[in-house]
Amino acid sequence: MTTMQRVFGKNAAYWLIGPAALWLGLFFLVPMLSLLTTSLSDPAGSPIYGYDLTWRVQNYVEALGDYWPYLVRSLIYAGIATALCLVLGYVLAYAIAFKAGRWKTVMLVLVIAPFFTSFLVRTLSWKLILADNGWVVNTLQWLHVMSPDGRLLATPFAVVAGLTYNFLPFMILPLYASLEKIEPHLIEAAQDLYASPWKGFLNVTWKLSIPGVVGGTLLTFIPASGDYINAAFLGNPNTQMVGNKIQALFTTGGDYPHAAALSVILMVLIVAMVMVYVRRAGTEELL
Amino acid sequence: MPQASEPRRDLRLKGLHKRYPNGYTAVKSLDLEIPQGSFFALLGPSGCGKTTTLRMVAGLEDVTSGTIHIGDQDITREKPYRRPVNTVFQNYALFPHLTIAENVEFGPKRRGVKDSAARVKAILELTELTEQAGKRPAQLSGGQQQRVALARALINRPEVLLLDEPLGALDLKLRRAMQLELKHIQEEVGLTFVHVTHDQEEAMTMADTVAVMNQGVIEQMGSPYELYTNPRTTFVANFLGRSNLIKGTVVGREGSGADAAVKVDMFGTLVSIQADRVHTDSKEGWIGIRPEKLLIQPAGSQSDDPGNHFSDAVVISSSYIGVSTEYVLKMPWGQELICFEQNRGVRGGLVQVGAHVDVSWRQEYVYLLDSSQDAEAGLEGA
Amino acid sequence: MITRVGNWIGRHLMITMGILVLIYMYIPNFVVALMSFNDASESRNLYQFQSFTWNNWLNPCEPNGMCESLRVSVSVALVATIVATILGTLASFALVRHRFEGRSTMNLFIFLPMATPEIVMGSSLLALFVAGGLGGKLGFWTILVAHILFCLSFVVVTVRSRLAGLDSNLEKAAMDLYANEWQAFWRVTFPLVFPGVLAAALLAFSLSFDDFIITNLNSGQTVTFPMFVWGAAQRGVPMQVNVVGTAMFLISLAVVVGGEMSSRRRAKMLAAR
Repeated sequence: MTTMQRVFGKNAAYWLIGPAALWLGLFFLVPMLSLLTTSLSDPAGSPIYGYDLTWRVQNYVEALGDYWPYLVRSLIYAGIATALCLVLGYVLAYAIAFKAGRWKTVMLVLVIAPFFTSFLVRTLSWKLILADNGWVVNTLQWLHVMSPDGRLLATPFAVVAGLTYNFLPFMILPLYASLEKIEPHLIEAAQDLYASPWKGFLNVTWKLSIPGVVGGTLLTFIPASGDYINAAFLGNPNTQMVGNKIQALFTTGGDYPHAAALSVILMVLIVAMVMVYVRRAGTEELL
Repeated sequence: MPQASEPRRDLRLKGLHKRYPNGYTAVKSLDLEIPQGSFFALLGPSGCGKTTTLRMVAGLEDVTSGTIHIGDQDITREKPYRRPVNTVFQNYALFPHLTIAENVEFGPKRRGVKDSAARVKAILELTELTEQAGKRPAQLSGGQQQRVALARALINRPEVLLLDEPLGALDLKLRRAMQLELKHIQEEVGLTFVHVTHDQEEAMTMADTVAVMNQGVIEQMGSPYELYTNPRTTFVANFLGRSNLIKGTVVGREGSGADAAVKVDMFGTLVSIQADRVHTDSKEGWIGIRPEKLLIQPAGSQSDDPGNHFSDAVVISSSYIGVSTEYVLKMPWGQELICFEQNRGVRGGLVQVGAHVDVSWRQEYVYLLDSSQDAEAGLEGA
Repeated sequence: MITRVGNWIGRHLMITMGILVLIYMYIPNFVVALMSFNDASESRNLYQFQSFTWNNWLNPCEPNGMCESLRVSVSVALVATIVATILGTLASFALVRHRFEGRSTMNLFIFLPMATPEIVMGSSLLALFVAGGLGGKLGFWTILVAHILFCLSFVVVTVRSRLAGLDSNLEKAAMDLYANEWQAFWRVTFPLVFPGVLAAALLAFSLSFDDFIITNLNSGQTVTFPMFVWGAAQRGVPMQVNVVGTAMFLISLAVVVGGEMSSRRRAKMLAAR
């Protein structure tokens, strides 16, 4: 029996969880239903006076027909950014977990600290870093890696780079959490048992860090696929993602039913991909 | 043994029962009387209900039915902080954010004791922790943490001190030292100690009375000597030390009063067992004998040992452990028995594996257990 | 010999590469700090450093509407943090310390908002508000509702892990030592959980302060700081935005480091009260 039980009585747990559950139900579950009904409403309404629910499945067909390139582009950009985050994040998480020694805590704080500067301000600064006459472009041109009229800003490269940068901490923290749990003895044993360090890494460290890999990729991919700030700041009209379209339809377009349909499609796509992914990762873990 | 002169503050559990909401019954109508000032051990394997019993006494677990009394005071439904009882927790449960002195002072402060500082000083001295007073629990060694837990409970001068596997986290050497220390402190302060443990040696070293618990019930209770020499169930026989259990058939009784005995046929040998060592009414039974009570001699040598004799046993393995040697003997009826021999050097050297030996025992060491009980009960916990 | 060289590289390669990744993560912060000293008054090109000035730091409120948007962001973040931290902490106690029907469902449910893209969560809230007839009344309160929602999950996750790492016997030990329910809670449980609650509150504040996607859909005419930046980005960002970014970074870092150093002391003080 806990303190809470003595104070609140037998139903303590429900009193404690009630307010949070109510808030989540009222402003997460109910809105999801609202989104669903809006996506099936007649577009001939207005945001101020509301929409009539006419079960217009046509909205979905139209949204997919008109905006499928945005969806595909979002998933591709987010996928590439997630893969890049995994590589960069794994290196840093591994370094912190096994090589940082007494600098562990300091390095962890340093991973989180960039968060404290506004997301938008940081993303804008990439505009400056990748600018046509900025030092990155100039250096690359001087090295003849890039043609004299080539650019980085307003390209798919810039958008993916921005996404990678922005969501990297979401990858590092879960990776670190699972790497940190691995006993250093296990890694030594792996080096003892397998011929090459690489094989030892694959068979022990990587396998044991799979939960972190799954968690990190999900926490990176999901927000990245819905993001539109990077595409808006660093891209061009041809690199727009589905987030750009949804928010444009909601705000300037005023076409809620199609925007809602597009939102639902994105959500369904993500849930489906996550389920397939988690299941595959699960079986890989068993192999 | 209630005394008429002054009211004793014995701890009495009556029909104590614990059933969890999921239907699992941890303790089955337990009756127990622990005399004031005694060192009492509840011994049993994990999951036998001993810790649940302790926590019910402490008030940390609700009682399903039954009562708990200290003297005439009913504390069954009393809140933990209103009981004259303190606990030394299994992993000590020291408050990590407080210093050692603050941990120890926690109880007196809550009760508004006036001279708490002086008391803290005294108890830290008793437990040799004076130098650690300003440190945090995480800075102490396991043995020191254990002493803090003890000091934190003892300072409140409870009527009953509950110890939940208090030495479980220590290594063997430290455990031995702490066993003696605990026993010493108990004698000094004269409180009732109720000690829960799964370590039979620990229970026997420290306690005046040991209760062996299994699957929510007490199998047997008594002094360590009683429990060891005259176990009443196969579980006790195996869990407390080791036993050889051999099938036998009751053939008759003889004598009366203190001399009464039961005659049992064991593969052709007639064994006479004292009536107070017979714990079955059925025709069949397990004849039990402790391994060190088995005596061996080279085959065919003249034996003047009284009691039962068996010839034609073969030594099939021996392990030398310094002070004694442990033999496994194959008996003529095919069963393997364990035998401990003291290495006193009187019979000249060890017996070799493969050697034929004669085996004997004195009949007053033998006990008879109920054949319906599992001969392997309590083995895995030992 | 070759293996020894290989080992040396193996030992130091990972930490070197790790530090390079860390440096990469700090390039934008460095640029933002630099640009906060940029004198952009003479130039049209706002994305290049011109000349050094203290002016941006001395007159942070010069750009029209920026400091008003900051005020809105801080008020929203403060209220959202307080509400989300209280609700989330209570919920964490239920999830860790109690066995009740629907507990595992709740554990999953709490996690869901974190696994939903912000654009979906934002648009669903907008759909609800519009369906509820609030389409013309979007503003401070609708932003607040949304922020409490997404902060809640992060608070629960943070406090829950702290609580789960706490020996539940400690509270029982306190009661065994004559502390009643409230004393046990305030002297033992709370001081030990407090660092987790504080971390959760800090996280909630920074999440709320920084949110753009959900806010943008549900804010009506109200402008938060990230929305000010978004709006300014279309025309040209005033250099004072970099001042705010750098100041926020420094303040938060000071809070985190200071909090880490004094959390033990504070916990002890709470307990000794």
